[in-house]
Amino acid sequence: MLKIADKTFSSRLFTGTGKFSSSDEMEHALLASESELITVALKRVNLKDDEDDILLRLKHPRINLLPNTSGVRNAKEAVFAAQMAREALETNWIKLEIHPDPKYLMPDPIETLLATEELAKLGFIVLPYIHADPVLCKRLEDAGTSAVMPLGSPIGSNKGLRTIDFLEIIISQSNVPVIVDAGIGAPSDAAKAMEIGADAVLVNTAIAVSQHPIEMAIAFKMAVQAGRIAYEAKLGSKHQVAIASSPLTSFLDEL
Amino acid sequence: MSFTEIFKSCSWDETSKSIYAKTAMDVEQALTASKRSLEDFKALISPAAAPYLEQMARISQQLTLKRFGKVIQMYVPLYLSNECNNICTYCGFSYDNKVKRKTLSPMEIMQEVAVIKDMGFNHVLLVTGEANQSVHTDYFKKVLDLIKPHFAHISMEVQPLDLEDYKELTPYGLNTVLVYQETYHEEDYKKHHPKGKKSNFQYRLDTPDRLGKAGIHKMGLGVLIGLEDWRTDSFFTAMHLSYLEKQYWQSKYSISFPRLRPFSGGLEPKVAMNDRELVQLICAYRLFNEEVELSISTRESDIFRNNIIKMGITAMSAASKTNPGGYAVEPQSLEQFEISDERSALEIAAMISNQGYEPVWKDWDSSLA
Repeated sequence: MLKIADKTFSSRLFTGTGKFSSSDEMEHALLASESELITVALKRVNLKDDEDDILLRLKHPRINLLPNTSGVRNAKEAVFAAQMAREALETNWIKLEIHPDPKYLMPDPIETLLATEELAKLGFIVLPYIHADPVLCKRLEDAGTSAVMPLGSPIGSNKGLRTIDFLEIIISQSNVPVIVDAGIGAPSDAAKAMEIGADAVLVNTAIAVSQHPIEMAIAFKMAVQAGRIAYEAKLGSKHQVAIASSPLTSFLDEL
Repeated sequence: MSFTEIFKSCSWDETSKSIYAKTAMDVEQALTASKRSLEDFKALISPAAAPYLEQMARISQQLTLKRFGKVIQMYVPLYLSNECNNICTYCGFSYDNKVKRKTLSPMEIMQEVAVIKDMGFNHVLLVTGEANQSVHTDYFKKVLDLIKPHFAHISMEVQPLDLEDYKELTPYGLNTVLVYQETYHEEDYKKHHPKGKKSNFQYRLDTPDRLGKAGIHKMGLGVLIGLEDWRTDSFFTAMHLSYLEKQYWQSKYSISFPRLRPFSGGLEPKVAMNDRELVQLICAYRLFNEEVELSISTRESDIFRNNIIKMGITAMSAASKTNPGGYAVEPQSLEQFEISDERSALEIAAMISNQGYEPVWKDWDSSLA
């Protein structure tokens, strides 16, 4: 079972609420995914409104809300948004997204580190969205992060695991769960992330924008399960077939 | 390099010629490119691209879905004032038009706000003419203070202001500023704006730079389609956009495509653009820039708006009134221009849902900077 801070999860597929064609479709797809941690942008919900449609749709015993700070541009705004979320949604979990660049939505490593430090001190369970930067991951651990969420490729790009070499380093040396976030375009990408040892993946666009979001949610659920089982069962290592006509070491036999 | 330097290095006539010289082969190259350049954009807005419209629409749809999802953002204009010291040949509020002038008082603004909130809107666009004696930065501050608690996102389409003014207004909750160049054809610009502060082409052209320097969160660009050759004007808009994105990378951008609309005593478009060409332009922008927001107003017809949402548009106004007091205070006063799509906000939202898209009323929060 995956454990982040004090919570355990039987599903390693995390999802998001954006880009769906209706809140009805969102609810059905997210339920079908069996996801237990679902991120929601603070800017999309009306925190003052008890009847907010998105929040009502996520009121299920299995679902944990993961508010995100999408839209903030620096650590100060992020800390403020997290505090607002904690008060209104009664959760100290926060997905930290700081992208000062609204075109490619690239995360700001410096502000993210500062905000993580501050929020961890304030008692938050911080899940920061970051570049696949191994050193930054270690710095975030020191700052008190509860997990790291490196990107597979640019957010919303569906390009898959373009950062795989760095993800492997991060996974090999991390003391906190590694959740691959952003860029996962197909169930095979999710399976791959799980096979290399990611603790979980977060998928939104690929499910929401699919022509059949419910079926796609199921496909991702199965891919994540398959990838995890494969990882635990230890994949056979790939080796190149060497055709050495005369073995380099055969002289040893003649000695 | 400032935009003016780039702009001055590009002659209108040469640019125009190069757009009209694009061939089917240029268009095909632009369609298959993975990253599209300004030259590709020229091909996509050229007459040579007309036969490729369906293909452009399909690519535009895919790119928009990937980036923005199946959602359309909803906003509504709130006209605060029709006082204006400028003469603009195409505008109902032009100084020389005999209309009753009005600037809403705080109490009147709140009456209007109550009506548009009731319709469901949470994103508002404040609009005025240019009357610096009464509608100035202090007035805007008062208005922002007044309405900020009621909206998640506030945009402004008012006279261009100085850098200091923009810096002063952003902490009051100003998120977005729209400033359309009207036309990048300098001589024609002067013909259409013979009097008032707006006749200063250069000051207007520099406005997006001032906005970028002030750290505005989002700015909207566009030209008034009908004043000049729309292809050439749109190319300069795209060039402006590319410059701004690199220069002010922390700002977001949106593009609008207002076509000249009739109003009492108004000007006929010099260069008409048909519906097919407007679709071509919208798709060309999306193919050129996957991240830019594309907005469509109630200037366009019901049928056009119903169909265009699947082809690249990301934001839409509804139930708009283009006269100050139009929602509650003085519904009968003269409009800036006649809108075309007169359906209610509820009807527009239902139309969007029926097409498999979600109307989004809130996608920002007043607590965010």
